[in-house]
Amino acid sequence: MKGVNIIPLFVIIPLLAAFLISLLGRAVRNFSETLIGISSTLLLGFALRSVMLVKHAPIKALVYKIGGWMPPFGICMVLDGLSSFMLVVVNLIAFFVAVYSFSYMEKYTDKPKFFILFSLMVCGLNGLIITGDLFNLFVFLEIASISSYALVAFGTEAEELEASFKYAIMGTVASIFVFLGIAFLYGFTSTLNMADMAAVLASKPSTWILPFVSVLFLAGFSLKAAMVPFHGWLPDAHSSAPASISAMLSGVLIKTLGIYAMMRIFFNVLGINQGHLTVLMFLGAFSIITGAVLAFSQWDLKRLLAYSTISQIGYVVLGLGLGTPLGIFGGLFHLFNHSVFKSLLFLNSGAVDYASGTRDLRETGGFSKVMPITARTNLIASMAISGIPPFGGFFSKLLIVIACIQKGHIGYGLCAVVGSILTLIYFMKVQKFVFLGELKEKFKGIIEVPSVMRFSMVCLAFICIFAGILLLPSFRAFLDQAVNVLLNGTGYASVVMEAAVK
Amino acid sequence: MSLYVLSLILFCIGIYGVLRKRNIVKIIMGLAIMGYAVNLFFVLLGYRLHGRAPIDSAGQDILNMVDPLPQALVLTSIVISLGIMALVISIAIRIYEKYGTFDITKIKRLKG
Repeated sequence: MKGVNIIPLFVIIPLLAAFLISLLGRAVRNFSETLIGISSTLLLGFALRSVMLVKHAPIKALVYKIGGWMPPFGICMVLDGLSSFMLVVVNLIAFFVAVYSFSYMEKYTDKPKFFILFSLMVCGLNGLIITGDLFNLFVFLEIASISSYALVAFGTEAEELEASFKYAIMGTVASIFVFLGIAFLYGFTSTLNMADMAAVLASKPSTWILPFVSVLFLAGFSLKAAMVPFHGWLPDAHSSAPASISAMLSGVLIKTLGIYAMMRIFFNVLGINQGHLTVLMFLGAFSIITGAVLAFSQWDLKRLLAYSTISQIGYVVLGLGLGTPLGIFGGLFHLFNHSVFKSLLFLNSGAVDYASGTRDLRETGGFSKVMPITARTNLIASMAISGIPPFGGFFSKLLIVIACIQKGHIGYGLCAVVGSILTLIYFMKVQKFVFLGELKEKFKGIIEVPSVMRFSMVCLAFICIFAGILLLPSFRAFLDQAVNVLLNGTGYASVVMEAAVK
Repeated sequence: MSLYVLSLILFCIGIYGVLRKRNIVKIIMGLAIMGYAVNLFFVLLGYRLHGRAPIDSAGQDILNMVDPLPQALVLTSIVISLGIMALVISIAIRIYEKYGTFDITKIKRLKG
């Protein structure tokens, strides 16, 4: 099979899986589990292959032309370094979350429906990552968003409905802002292809349109990414959803919908300038501190993790907002690390909930005696997220702090260090109240979670430990390719046009 | 020009509904109005003065035609907002079953 032909499969496979499950999921026993297992394994394989494809491509980008129409007229799908990096992140987490859900979703009634929505969400995320067309980006953003609203409300208890309603309203307002931004850009440039739009924008004299559109996109995507002034919906939505969905939401959804889309548009289409970078750095640093301080006083395990997500997303945005090669490298590396260890932490909280039926830190205690594997994976993830040296999280935070100091932003570097110390403190709180201490009488009978759930958690823990390997020269191409796409800026236009002719 | 101002006013009414109203149903209506305003604005972008439909037929020179692309895009956008409305309204119905009220100040079990 020619390399370029795997690009549309990232959308087709999950969409087909969702369709087949909705037809046959009820009729055939274990059909949905089998199909989801096959489709997520295939997607993970193709995602890893896409990294190699981009590495060996002569111009570091592959363009799939839908229906054979050339890019400025037809819709195209673009696979470049940043896309392949995000595809690996999304499909890696989706694979482990799907395996984990086989057992975890037993306690909900309708498993096939869950897997339909899950597949649609993965389809939306993959589509958003590989599309080269601004309106398609909006459509895939909405596919992923709508299925995530429904998944947050999946249990249909009072709290879940309330959280889902807040999330749906905020998310839809964000989408409307993004759509309005796209409308202005279309009116200004008369094209929707991102590469063509970048070329047209570069050739036109700058007017008031560009700053105005930047503000619309910043508001829309910051709402999706839950940067601090816009974070109100995240703690409710991420703590009320089923644990496997919290892992997907925190691990990949807000990064793809918020950060990836924002970076793609700001760096590659509009062209980044110092104004954007200043705003991004400020939002990042503000999120780090606010998220960490708010996480501090939480007693609900998943709510604490949700606030921690806000704080860690701050690191990613701070790193990317620095705009230097080292800062962007650190930001993307932290994005990868965070999606691994935050998914692992949410899966652990789901395991605690699954075994004991509670996630209130005041009630739990001493679980390391009865759930040794969960306790160990949680310890690994906690150390990774708070930046203890051999783990991946240490290196990414270190790179961000060094990049801050290199560029002369000592204050932001200090914010990152303080945020890291606060992270360590509140994860010690989790470790103390959940896994250490005296085991209460009523929890004497609980047992370790089933083996498929353990499999996911242990695999993610291993990735946490060995994530530092990505910094070694032989593996660095994976991250360097992504960094180069962002550094190239509006040169994206000529790269895509050149790749399209091939 | 006045049509653009009209869609701006509609957008502001929608935002007012989302931000200021306490009834869930009114918030949903505000959301719908915001969506309509943006759709209207997008269709207006494709309009050309005295333009005609861009249909090619024998023996006619098309000198001045409207831009057909925004219409296709807005059609997609309308379908998307239909999906969102259906989901949000069904959530609102379930919320009413659980809480017995549409008032968002009384629906606050999640906080902290």
